[in-house]
Formats: sequence, structure tokens, C-alpha cells
Amino acid sequence: MSLILDNVSYVYSQGNAYEKKALDGINLKIEDGEFIGIIGHTGSGKSTLIQHLNGLLKATDGKIYFDGEDIYDKDYELRDLRMQVGMVFQYPEHQLFDETVFKDVCFGPRNQGLPEKDVQLRGYEALKNVGLNEKYFDVSPFELSGGQKRRAAIAGVIAMKPRVLILDEPTAGLDPRGKDEILDMIAANHQRYGNTVILVSHSMEDVAKYVDRIIVMDDGKIKYDDEPREVFKYYKELEKIGLAAPQVTYLMNDLRENGYPVSTDVTTVDEAKSAILKLFKIQT
Amino acid sequence: MLREITLGQYYPVDSVIHKMDPRTKLFATVIYILSIFCFRGPIGFVAITAGLIAVIYLSKVPFSFMVRGLKAIVFILVFAGILNLFMTPGRELISIWKFTVTYEGAKSASLMLFRMIYLIIGTSVMTLTTTPNQLTDGLETALKPFAKIKVPVHEIAMMMSIALRFIPILVEETDKIMKAQMARGADFESGGIIKKVKSMVPLLVPLFVSAFRRANDLALAMEARCYHGGEGRTKMIPLHYEHRDKVAYVVVIVYIVLIFILRKFA
Ligand SMILES: Nc1ncnc2c1ncn2[C@@H]1O[C@H](COP(=O)(O)OP(=O)(O)OP(=O)(O)O)[C@@H](O)[C@H]1O
Ligand SMILES: [Mg+2]
Repeated sequence: MSLILDNVSYVYSQGNAYEKKALDGINLKIEDGEFIGIIGHTGSGKSTLIQHLNGLLKATDGKIYFDGEDIYDKDYELRDLRMQVGMVFQYPEHQLFDETVFKDVCFGPRNQGLPEKDVQLRGYEALKNVGLNEKYFDVSPFELSGGQKRRAAIAGVIAMKPRVLILDEPTAGLDPRGKDEILDMIAANHQRYGNTVILVSHSMEDVAKYVDRIIVMDDGKIKYDDEPREVFKYYKELEKIGLAAPQVTYLMNDLRENGYPVSTDVTTVDEAKSAILKLFKIQT
Repeated sequence: MLREITLGQYYPVDSVIHKMDPRTKLFATVIYILSIFCFRGPIGFVAITAGLIAVIYLSKVPFSFMVRGLKAIVFILVFAGILNLFMTPGRELISIWKFTVTYEGAKSASLMLFRMIYLIIGTSVMTLTTTPNQLTDGLETALKPFAKIKVPVHEIAMMMSIALRFIPILVEETDKIMKAQMARGADFESGGIIKKVKSMVPLLVPLFVSAFRRANDLALAMEARCYHGGEGRTKMIPLHYEHRDKVAYVVVIVYIVLIFILRKFA
């Protein structure tokens, strides 16, 4: 049960003046149940990469296997793949269309061909899950605020219960609290269902708190692919490609340079706190 | 798939044709269109073809890109060609079963095909080498005299440039929304006509919403910058003729004379 990318390359507008190589020889193996963060500067190819994972873009070169099957095979049903690999696009609120929020969320499960009762159950569950107040279920999605729309749109994909859930910058343009709420919700779902989650983001800070593995993209290539703590060791290199490690990484490195023997191997504020307290032998 | 629409799509390379003043190109295009409708005889045809090839060569735009515009009208071309071929009365050329191809039919069909194809390719050269902004700028200046008789030239030009600018945006938006709905299991391909029309709803509603939102934003942005129509408005980059434009005008005039002479002799 896994997703494998074998030497995948993608070129936009091949054969004319707008030609642009967006992916260049990507090799990747994603196991079931992983929580992965994909990070990269603007234009590094993150969105392009994830659109390959459910067959929305067809690689100009290379192969992709889902559960050991070649998804570019003639007999392979891409629609089935899309039922199992759910994708929340950048600014997903732009895809809302139905009369009510609830109906819109039911669109995906209905396309899956579930019985009507299950469709509604899934819709209800998903909307509850993203923390949307019940009073909004029967209003037009166009009357919601930006953040509420975002939640409704995410619910539309979660309702399909995909085995692999891909989110392209789900928190872009949200306030800090909304950001945390959405990411917490995604993490809680991951805990509960054990599905694979792939989270695309600009921000290390957001990603470091949740994921077990970080893939750093740079100019269409994979630059690093490792546990967060390993990736953050390269914080100087990350800066060169327009990224930054979480602030605690900088703090711990500064402390160390100034003669405090703390471990620089921490990724979250909590870990940093206990490391510093340990140094001063203060028990919490 | 949607990106193949070349209408209003600029092809960015550096060539003499690209650098030419849009008014020159407009004038030349009009003359070219007139010429494909009023030329006579095979030599006239050769002259037009030679002119077109020369311009395409100078423009440095790949030929494959120009004929892309033809794909959209292949059906119309074939349909009109067949109608012309079989429905024109006249001397019999060949007869297949109940249908007769006449000598006149063959002539008018080939003439019609030639005109349509040359029209599309010729105007593609214009749009591929001129940015939408330059194009409307050129139109506005060229049509300025009509403003005297209360034709809202500036407004028309502004509407055109906005419309042209929005084509690629809407194409991209359609692509994005289509993908997003496909990711939710939408199926735009299979099923009968009613199912197909129904399946367009999840695509069209967000598209309209986004078009209105963009229109609204743009209107606000224009107002915020005190846009008030064309009166007293100056240009950031005023059009003006260079040496190459003068050369181009001379070439176009020679072309006109040539077509007329060839008409006389045909
Ligand atoms: N439809 C397209 N046509 C042509 N080029 C494209 C298209 N979409 C993206 N590109 C180009 O491909 C490259 C990778 O784009 P992509 O959208 O994957 O970046 P990204 O990492 O998702 O960036 P961001 O963080 O801004 O979302 C960019 O250089 C972009 O200009
Ligand atoms: Mg992106």
C-alpha cells in the first residue's frame, strides 16, 4: 500500500515559447499512514507535484504506482484513484457551487456512488469535523466568510474519506487561530483514521509541529527528504533557497554558539522549553 | 486541452514584426484581408502566399503555432467545403453515385477553403506578434477620427483590452476549477447530453462567481486610480513610427499595386 514516483518529470506547455520544466526527475515513496510536509519556495513545483499523485497531471516522463499498479496504464481507472487520493486545492473555496453548504459537501460522496443515507452521514460528519457551526449547514456557501468557506471546502474532500489526503496550503490567508484550528483538525483526523496526509506549505513553523517527514522542493527537484529534525540541521542551506527553519532552531543554535550546551535537535517550542529547563536543572 | 486556444495569445519572441507599430500591422492586416478577397488568377495566389510566408518567416513564430487556430474550425471548413463541392451547379467534373462534382463547385470550394485558411493564419500572425494592449492601443489611435462623430472609441478599446486580458485568466480558472471538481469525482465526459449539461453546473457556477468577483475587483481598482474614461487621458507609452514602419508601409503599398496589376493580367 503505497505511492511510488519513479523519475517523474513534468514540462508545462511543451514545445512552445512558454515551455517550463516544473518537475525534474522526482523519486519518491510514500507509505500508508505517513504525515508528510512538502515545503518549497514559490514556484518550486509543489502544486505541480501533488497534482500528479491523483492523476490530474500526466507526467511528461517517468512512472507513478499506486498500490503497485501503474496509474498510466490504459486499463487503470483514474476516477477510482481520485476517490482514494483526495485533494484540497490552493484556495479551495473557489470550487464551491451548490445551493447549500451541506449539498456542496455531499457532492464528493455522491460521486462515489454511496447510498443516499451514507452520503448525508458523511457530509454531516465532515462538516462537524472541520468545526463549522450547524447553523451554516443550510445557507448558501457564498454567504460564508472566507475562513468558513475554506472549512466547508475542506469538508467536501474529507467527506470522501480518502486514504490519502493532500492539502495544498490549506491555511494560506487565514488568521493564526484559524490556521491552528484547521491544522489541528487535520492532525486529529490523521490520528483517528490513520490515513496518509500530505501537507503543502511555505512555512516550516506550521509543518514542523505536525509532520513526521519533510520533503523540501527547490526548482523542481527534491532537495531534502527526511525527518524534520534532520532537515532543520541544514537551516543555512534552507535560507539560500528562500526558506527558513523554525525559530526554535535558530534559538537553540544561538544558545549553543554562546556556550550553552543545549541540544539543537528540537523542532517545536515545547521541546525547546524542556531542553532549556533541563540545562538549568529546573524540574517542571 | 483548453490552453490550445490561440485567440488573443501573444507569442513572446523578439522579431521585426513584433517590434512594429500596431497601427502598421493593423493596416497591413486589413490590406492582406482585402487582397485575399479580391485577387485574381494563380499568379495572384502565388503573390499572396509569398507575402504571407515572408511575414511568418520574419515573425519567428513557429508555423505549428499559427495553424493551431485552424483546429477550432476544421469542422466548419470541411462542412462548407463539401457543400460548395456538391451543391454548385455547372459543368460536370466527376460523378459519384447520386452526387456530382461540378467544375464550378471544385473551383468555389477550393477558393473558399483558401480564403478561410489564409484569413485565420493571417490574423493569427497579427495576434501572435502583438500584445493585446498594443493591439487595442493601435485600434484606438487608428479609430480616433470617429470619436468626432460620437463613437465611444476609447470605451470600445478599453472594453476590448479588458476582454482580451480576461481570456487567458478565465481559461486558467476553468482549468483549475475543472481539476478541483474532478478531484471530487466529477465526471465531465461520460453520459448522455442531459447528464453532460448537468455535470457542467459544478464548473459553471464557480466560474461565473469568480468572473463577477474579478470584474468587481477590477472596477474598484480602476475607480481607486481615478479612471474616468478617455477624455484628457495621456499614454504612458505613446505610439510612434520608427524607420521599420516606414519600410513596412512602402512594402504594403507595393503589395497593393502588385495585386492590382496581377488582377488586370489574370
Ligand atoms: N499552468 C501552467 N502553465 C505554465 N507554467 C506553469 C503552470 N503552472 C505552474 N507553472 C510553472 O511551474 C512552476 C512550478 O509551479 P507550481 O505551481 O508547482 O509552484 P508552487 O511550488 O506550487 O508555488 P506556490 O508556492 O506559489 O504555490 C512555476 O515556475 C510556474 O511558473
Ligand atoms: Mg502552489
